Amino acid sequence: MNPLELTRARPGPAFTITLDGREVEALPGQTVAAALWAAGVTSWRTTRGEGRPRGVFCGIGVCFDCLVTVNDRPNQRACLVALRPGDTVRTQEGTGHDG
Amino acid sequence: MADAGRETSQRPHLAVIGAGPAGLTAALTAARHGVRVTLVDAAPEAGGQFYRQPARELGARHPEALHHQWRTWERLREGLRGQEQAGSLRHLPEHHVWLVERRTDGFSVHALLGPEQERPAEVRADAVLLATGGYEKVLPFPGWTLPGVVTAGGAQAMLKGTLAVPGHTAVVAGTGPLLLPVATGLAAAGVRVAALVESADPGGFVRRSRALSAQPAKLAEAAEYAARLLRHRVRTLVHHTVVEAHGTGRLEAVTVAALDGDGRVRPGTGRRIACDTLAVGHGMVPHTDLAQGLGCRIDGVAVHVDDEQRTDVPGVWAAGEATGIGGATLSLAEGHIAGRSAAARLTGAVPDPRDWAGAARARAALRRFFAALDDVYAPPAHWAEQVGDDTVVCRCEEVTGGAIREAVAGLGAGDLRTVKLLTRAGMGWCQGRMCESGVAGVAGCPDTPARRLLARPVPLGVLARAGETDAPHGT
Repeated sequence: MNPLELTRARPGPAFTITLDGREVEALPGQTVAAALWAAGVTSWRTTRGEGRPRGVFCGIGVCFDCLVTVNDRPNQRACLVALRPGDTVRTQEGTGHDG
Repeated sequence: MADAGRETSQRPHLAVIGAGPAGLTAALTAARHGVRVTLVDAAPEAGGQFYRQPARELGARHPEALHHQWRTWERLREGLRGQEQAGSLRHLPEHHVWLVERRTDGFSVHALLGPEQERPAEVRADAVLLATGGYEKVLPFPGWTLPGVVTAGGAQAMLKGTLAVPGHTAVVAGTGPLLLPVATGLAAAGVRVAALVESADPGGFVRRSRALSAQPAKLAEAAEYAARLLRHRVRTLVHHTVVEAHGTGRLEAVTVAALDGDGRVRPGTGRRIACDTLAVGHGMVPHTDLAQGLGCRIDGVAVHVDDEQRTDVPGVWAAGEATGIGGATLSLAEGHIAGRSAAARLTGAVPDPRDWAGAARARAALRRFFAALDDVYAPPAHWAEQVGDDTVVCRCEEVTGGAIREAVAGLGAGDLRTVKLLTRAGMGWCQGRMCESGVAGVAGCPDTPARRLLARPVPLGVLARAGETDAPHGT
């Protein structure tokens, strides 16, 4: 059983996004965080001070741990931003403005 | 300034912020009693966190598999549709409110729209009702910043809203009743739940509490969860706590240990449990930013309200978890009372408390119940002793336990604000929302909510133009 089977979900056709150039499949309605979790990825940012990996923590837009660069816009909360076909997602280092 | 709304309708206008159980009930109740309502909410679908809905595009035909009290949700959803069709209620989803401004002629609700939350929107109203809910409190421990460690509520939100799970094997830990639906929800969704680790002793609650016997529905709910845990073969450890999360790039295991009667870890009781997910939470905190921005009185960590759910700022009501954590049923009762009171007062009538006598009785009983629950599900008294000098406490600014202790012992900081100024703990992206209780506990200071002027990050351009919009978004 997985959550899609449990809720008898019938999502529209999957589409492709990229994570650091690598193709990742996403379902319509999925947030960046959901698609990355489904692809087995749990971290997509390193911290400004210590360079430590981070991913989803609060899941509701409060904590800012899941910041990511989407279509060249840094500091997007992966748990809030819904994906569209062709989106390019990049892991983010530090403030997201370092180059 | 254009104010088209008043020309089309003379009915008073109430803005309700938040479409969870409290906000929805308040909005429907007020709309049914002669008030025009605009329901402003950040999510794409109404429901709040409790009734968080999967994205429509995911086509879930059986979303109730992840929910409780689904009939109540259906009733609220049908009510919302009905009032929208009748033209007495407007629902504005995906509106992230960052400030409610008090004006001479009422209130302005400022929100951000769009995927990047940069497009401004403004709603003018005669009165506002804050149903902003709460968020989870998580106390720090070594390893809690590792990917794979998520808040219990966060795991549930991701599951309900996006049908995603973080891994294959989870430990659910911390304290409080939320851990039960999280553990059973993850298990139902195919995650192996290796252990449910509760630091309190819920048995003590059953033995002690008179408030419990007044809540047969809650007893039935607890029994249902117990049965589900058994069915999914989830091992439950009470009076235990997670002392460390292990891993390098991501979570690989946790060490849990038993607690003694004083809430200290019993030496030698540690055991390691392999897992790729730790869902952890230590209770909830009311969301009070908008109320604080309006100057509403805060009691402890919650918005102060009177018997009618009015704050001490005229024209501002509050209901649900913002006024104190108490679950969905209490939120429904408070929302009902707030909606009746607001409708009466906005239409120039004196509210009659007999109109909401049933809801008031439910409110009183549930508040007693949750006060008793709060005592039992307090985090272990000595949790801060597990925070090492190199344990990160403020996640955003990466401020360690050692730095906070040095600010207190070496530099003389005696309150949260001074600790923050000396260490930057709470100055990062989340503005202390995640670390406030942790910093207070490690520093030995009272846990007082910081006053945050804005409820969300706002682009400078939007701030600069605020108040200049010539077409307020519907009044």
